[in-house]
Amino acid sequence: MKMYNGFAIVAGLVIFIAMLTAPFALGTMTKQYKEPELKLPKNEKECIESTEWMRANHMQLLNEWRDWALRDGKRTYTNHKGKEFTISLQNTCMKCHTSKADFCDKCHNDAGVSPYCWDCHVQPEGLK
Amino acid sequence: MLELALKGSKRYYGWIAFLLVLIGIGSTALIDQWMHGLKITGMSRDVSWGFYISQFTYLVGLAASGVMIVLPNYFHSYKANKHMVIFGEFMAIAACIMCLLFIVVDIGQPTRMMNMIFHPTPNSILFWDMIVLNGYLFLNLLVGWTCLQADRQHLPHPKWLKPFIYTSIIWAFSIHTVTAFLYQGLPGRHYWLTAILAARFLASAFCSGPAILLLVMMLTEKFTSFKMAKNAVKTLVKIIAYAMCVNMFFFALEIFTSFYSNMPGHMHPILYLFEHASTGLVTLMWTFIAFAAISITLLVTPRFRNNLKLLPWTLAILIVATWIDKGLGLLIGGFNPTPFETITPYWPTVKELMVSLMVYSIGALIVTVLFKIATDVKAEVGHSQKLECGCSSEDICECTPEGDCDCVSEEAAAEA
Amino acid sequence: MKNSRRTFIKLAGIAAAGLALAPKKVLASEGHAPVKANPTAIHAKHWAMVIDTTKLHTAEAIDKLAAICHHTHNVPHIEGKQEVKWLWHDSYPHTFPEQENPHLAEEVHERVFPLLCNHCENPPCVRVCPTKATFQRPDGIVAMDYHRCIGCRYCMAGCPYGSRSFNWGEPRLGLDLEKLNPEFPTRMRGVVEKCNFCVERLAVGKEPACVEASEGAMHFGDLKDPDSEVRKVLREKFTIRRKPSAGTEPSVYYII
Repeated sequence: MKMYNGFAIVAGLVIFIAMLTAPFALGTMTKQYKEPELKLPKNEKECIESTEWMRANHMQLLNEWRDWALRDGKRTYTNHKGKEFTISLQNTCMKCHTSKADFCDKCHNDAGVSPYCWDCHVQPEGLK
Repeated sequence: MLELALKGSKRYYGWIAFLLVLIGIGSTALIDQWMHGLKITGMSRDVSWGFYISQFTYLVGLAASGVMIVLPNYFHSYKANKHMVIFGEFMAIAACIMCLLFIVVDIGQPTRMMNMIFHPTPNSILFWDMIVLNGYLFLNLLVGWTCLQADRQHLPHPKWLKPFIYTSIIWAFSIHTVTAFLYQGLPGRHYWLTAILAARFLASAFCSGPAILLLVMMLTEKFTSFKMAKNAVKTLVKIIAYAMCVNMFFFALEIFTSFYSNMPGHMHPILYLFEHASTGLVTLMWTFIAFAAISITLLVTPRFRNNLKLLPWTLAILIVATWIDKGLGLLIGGFNPTPFETITPYWPTVKELMVSLMVYSIGALIVTVLFKIATDVKAEVGHSQKLECGCSSEDICECTPEGDCDCVSEEAAAEA
Repeated sequence: MKNSRRTFIKLAGIAAAGLALAPKKVLASEGHAPVKANPTAIHAKHWAMVIDTTKLHTAEAIDKLAAICHHTHNVPHIEGKQEVKWLWHDSYPHTFPEQENPHLAEEVHERVFPLLCNHCENPPCVRVCPTKATFQRPDGIVAMDYHRCIGCRYCMAGCPYGSRSFNWGEPRLGLDLEKLNPEFPTRMRGVVEKCNFCVERLAVGKEPACVEASEGAMHFGDLKDPDSEVRKVLREKFTIRRKPSAGTEPSVYYII
């Protein structure tokens, strides 16, 4: 079976795949990307849940928290170890993570994520 | 069939380009609104719905209008309407899309629109409005497109379409009833808190909608080889006449109830609109009364009703009258006087009008494209075409040797 | 094979539809929800407020309470008709338009009244909200979920009392960013807001901010508890509510 315009098609495919994989190739081959340095809280060593769990699930947790607190009126959360926390982004999470710019933004900026929490919630370092 | 919309005369391309320019201009105001919020409109804490929602309300009437052509055709085998049905359905598609667009530009957080689907709330009429409008859009797309395709292939309409068509006829009445329910169930707004609001909406829809449709089709006749059957036009004008009479009768009923009972809650909005509001608004409201009277006179008198040269003007006057009533008076009178018995005047801002212009232009674009397809198909299969004598191919042409032609409908000729 | 392309597209469509409708993994957090109410929270079967307008009847006094409420909740100050307000003052004819008469006692007629959301027992705003962004809690408070509100403003049209405000523009433009209350969020533009009977304060055992600052002019308590403060006051004093004919059964009573 003859492939019409075969050369153009294959050439185009090669260029396309090269362009698609270029960011990954450049990222791993050059060591330009450094993992963000988060400013960790001074006084507390334990977050609501473990670091690995929070890394994967803090988005889900915050979604569940806001419905439990605001819609169900249940503002005390018991973590997997049985410790209790008051559900509040501003008054619990940000009491330890005292700067959005030094903590939250560090990973979010690199991942290209802009959660809209901060359209309403006030970051601890203030809005100036 | 879409390819028919891609080729046309220079005038066709020019009109499309003009509409795209209007859409582009209007979209600058929409981008401003998306960036800075609805504060660029004239709405306020007291008048929290304005031009966008009023246009949505008026256009639901236009969407329901096609049923006045479809119902006689399917429920009563009124064959004169046969080749007009597709235009009613296509106009309904454009109107539904404009309605949905007016709602989208009005909500404060459009990115959260899907919340209405993620958290369905059957006790909210807005939820049902979303259902019925989208449903009607889907029905008209399905029925219109399938029937036109079948016509183009010289095939009969598929039988499985019948339940959808019958559903769409009933559905047409429901979309405007549900829209009226949005208003008439609110306990604090006395201008709207009346059982007859739904009936008024339907009556107003069935005169203004077909009037707009007829006007657009008369315009279509000027630019294409399409020509409506004589009897179809006459019947539609009669329907418009009756509907307008019923519409104004219902309005008179409101006046009686409000002023004979002397209830302040009922009287105050009407007094505001017709007496206490700004000079501009009061003038417009009395224009509505005057134009309604003129259009009814012209429609009820057979000599004027059948005068095809006068008809576009009659229809235009009727459209202006109903638009003032439903597209302006309804919303402003509903929110004024406020729950505090104060007055907060409302008038749309320039940017609000620009966004509305964008939505209307999108509707006009959809109508242009869909009507182009429909008229091209009708021309291809030879339905409802213009004859040399000026009659429609659906009528019988009786011409004298001097060239004077008398267009007689097929039924009339069969009776003779 | 005839119609192979058409058959392929049909099969692909059915497969896509099947995938879309396939039962999604239930996103539960290990079965039960590990949450409960704060131990210090105060509870009631139905929260109500009684305002003694013989004690609280001047614009200055009400504005002071409004300022405290607005500061506590970061309510923006917007000039003009697109204002946002949770608690404000108005005259007798504007507060009680159904209870006007031309020979009303002058002293009562001259009073200035505080207005706020009435947290109705039959709230029309909750009935019309298409997303349940405004909802009625079991304790009677009509609450707002700003995360869910789409800004359709149907609730504003439905409220017979004009209690609700919409953020027409960015509310932070109307706030002094250095004087924010860091314990409470602001709102974003495009959502509706109103008095929330200080649910966040009730959750830690405090009275609403306006009640606390009113020096006894406002009473707050459980309408269903016959021994509560509000029931005692309601037994002793004559009270009216706004627009009784609307059938909303407001929870805010005014001692005249």
